[in-house]
Amino acid sequence: MDLAPLALVVPLLAAAALAAVASHVRRAVADVVTVLAAAASTVLCALLLADAGSGTVVEWFGGWEPRDGVAIGISFAVDEIGAALAVFVAVLATAAAIFSSRYLEADEPYLHVLLLVFLAGMLGFCLAGDVFTMFVFFELMSVAAFALAGYKIDQSEAIEGSLNFAITNTIGSFLLLSGIALTYGRTGALNLAQIGEALATQPADGLVVVAFALIASGFLVKAAIVPFHFWLADAYAVALTPACLLFGGAMSELGLYGVGRTYFAAFSAAFESHQAELRAVLIGVGALTAVVGAVMCVQQDHLKRMLAFATVAYMGVFLIGMGTLSAEGVAGTAVYVLGDGCAKAGLFACVGIVQHRCRGISELRLRGRGRDLAGTAALFALGGLLLASLPPFGTFLGKSMLGAALRAEGYGWAIAVIVLASVLTGAAVLRAAGRVFGGWGARPEHPPATEEEGAEREVERGAAARTPAVMWVPAVLLIAGGVAAGVWPGLADAALGAAEAFTDRAGYSAAVLEGAAVAPPPAHASSPPWFDYLIGVGSAACALGVAALALFAPRPRSRAAAELGAVVSRCGAGLRALHSGRIGDYVAWLLAGFTALGGLFGLALT
Amino acid sequence: MTALAYGVAAWLLVVGIAGVVTSRNLIHLVVCMSVVQASTYVLLLGIGYRSGAKAPVFADIPTGTRVVDPVVQALTLTDVVVEATVIALLLAIAVQAHKRFGTLDPDRLGAIRG
Repeated sequence: MDLAPLALVVPLLAAAALAAVASHVRRAVADVVTVLAAAASTVLCALLLADAGSGTVVEWFGGWEPRDGVAIGISFAVDEIGAALAVFVAVLATAAAIFSSRYLEADEPYLHVLLLVFLAGMLGFCLAGDVFTMFVFFELMSVAAFALAGYKIDQSEAIEGSLNFAITNTIGSFLLLSGIALTYGRTGALNLAQIGEALATQPADGLVVVAFALIASGFLVKAAIVPFHFWLADAYAVALTPACLLFGGAMSELGLYGVGRTYFAAFSAAFESHQAELRAVLIGVGALTAVVGAVMCVQQDHLKRMLAFATVAYMGVFLIGMGTLSAEGVAGTAVYVLGDGCAKAGLFACVGIVQHRCRGISELRLRGRGRDLAGTAALFALGGLLLASLPPFGTFLGKSMLGAALRAEGYGWAIAVIVLASVLTGAAVLRAAGRVFGGWGARPEHPPATEEEGAEREVERGAAARTPAVMWVPAVLLIAGGVAAGVWPGLADAALGAAEAFTDRAGYSAAVLEGAAVAPPPAHASSPPWFDYLIGVGSAACALGVAALALFAPRPRSRAAAELGAVVSRCGAGLRALHSGRIGDYVAWLLAGFTALGGLFGLALT
Repeated sequence: MTALAYGVAAWLLVVGIAGVVTSRNLIHLVVCMSVVQASTYVLLLGIGYRSGAKAPVFADIPTGTRVVDPVVQALTLTDVVVEATVIALLLAIAVQAHKRFGTLDPDRLGAIRG
């Protein structure tokens, strides 16, 4: 039985069936079918992951196998990193499907159809073995995501958020496709392994650099790397909570996976001699993204927008990790993605519960209205501590592995950026928890206008005296998953082994083109040193401190403190003003970002 | 010939994105998107073009005849299908925006800030 295609076929068939009988099927039946399809997909992906443990699984559709190193056929090439990401996506989709069971009053299950198509697109992207198949699945998941973001089409925010999302990401896809076309023109190949072999024969020239810059920019738009990130907060703030689970947990990470996959499988040999320069560019851009995302995150009042900017900050952190271009860095990133993705998806689920119970999304307006929600409050605070990477949570393990990789490459300063990002994002979430569930903090003088309150209307009307199990069970499981990732025995070793296979171009190429897949040798990750525990506890304490300061700080007495506060808030306001919500601005930033990134790659790689 | 195709592709990309940036009308903006998209068609077909070659259908020409690259044509067709979906979705959102806001000017939608 061929598992790889089946993992996609199940959700696609279920989606097609649901769409076909949409108006004749009972809502409860649609709910069950969706959850079962997503769960079946999860099981298939987990079996695939087990298979990939004994070497990259390659599936040639229609039996078009490569001959003499030439691959005409279309393939799935599944290694452990790809399969693990697929499992993670499928788990999040299952949680989202469960969460959406009681979500909307509408009878027709179009939300379910979109969720399943979105899932299939993401899975195909994780498993694809050639760049054009990656592009097609990338587009499939993007279109489903645009529709999910704009699902509440009668709300003005949803329309604007979805438009910004769709236009910026589609231009990103055009850049990606142009890069694929140039790569094909140079190498005559679309298969990643074959491109890698063709590019390995000579050092990179201008055309290869331009092609890589186009491909990387296309993926980085999805990964929301500054200055491509503007669409993300607009889209996440308006999307339905079930969609947010997938958006915040995995979608942007897939963009980064695309960069890593194309770099390590296809371009790494051509850029071998310029690795140090490329590393500097990627880590620099990642650090900028982490700082911008974290600073924007603490300034938000809209809870979903807050989590959206936390996503931006963490995408910066993950780009720093991927940018080390080493197996250790990729392994740390993978563990961090697992811990952070579970935490953010769980937090989005908590926000969904708050919306359901309290009819609000603005932190200031919700002040004290969540006092009765003790369970949700505990989960929310735990999520904040997860973002602040308290030991021994999954985020802590990821951060520690990432720190070791950065020190090995001589980028110790980037650890400070990661700590800053985790402190600020954790503080924002803890502050919101204190205000919403504890009623702490001063009563706001000017509660924000109701312009973003529209998002509240997404939850069905009627009494919500208690939280339905379909809402709190996924939230509990997701947060627990984020905690458990840190203490799961053998996770770090498995991640390191998988990352070594992921970064090994020759091994990937042999598995795909010659069918010579070998099991990766067992790897042993070193356990976190004592000072990492110190940093972890310290950053969690700092996050608590910053949150307390935001809630309880008295008005500044001294003139200097007041002036400092004014300067800080003016800088923050300036940064916020750049996020104008205008499509034209966003696309101009995108073009400027592409030009800058292309220029930096040109300097670094030739 | 090939240099001209690449020049046209680059021009379409730049002029299309300039149109998107400056557009004051959502329908116009979506058409600009399809101009950007057209640049990918020209680029793909330009890469596979061989002067003096025939269409890659060997039903009525002897094997070994010089033909253009069929792979890029398949890619272009797929690209057309994929992007048609996106354009259709964008137009649907634009129609909805007009219903909801009474305007097609993207600058006057303005629900989201900061």
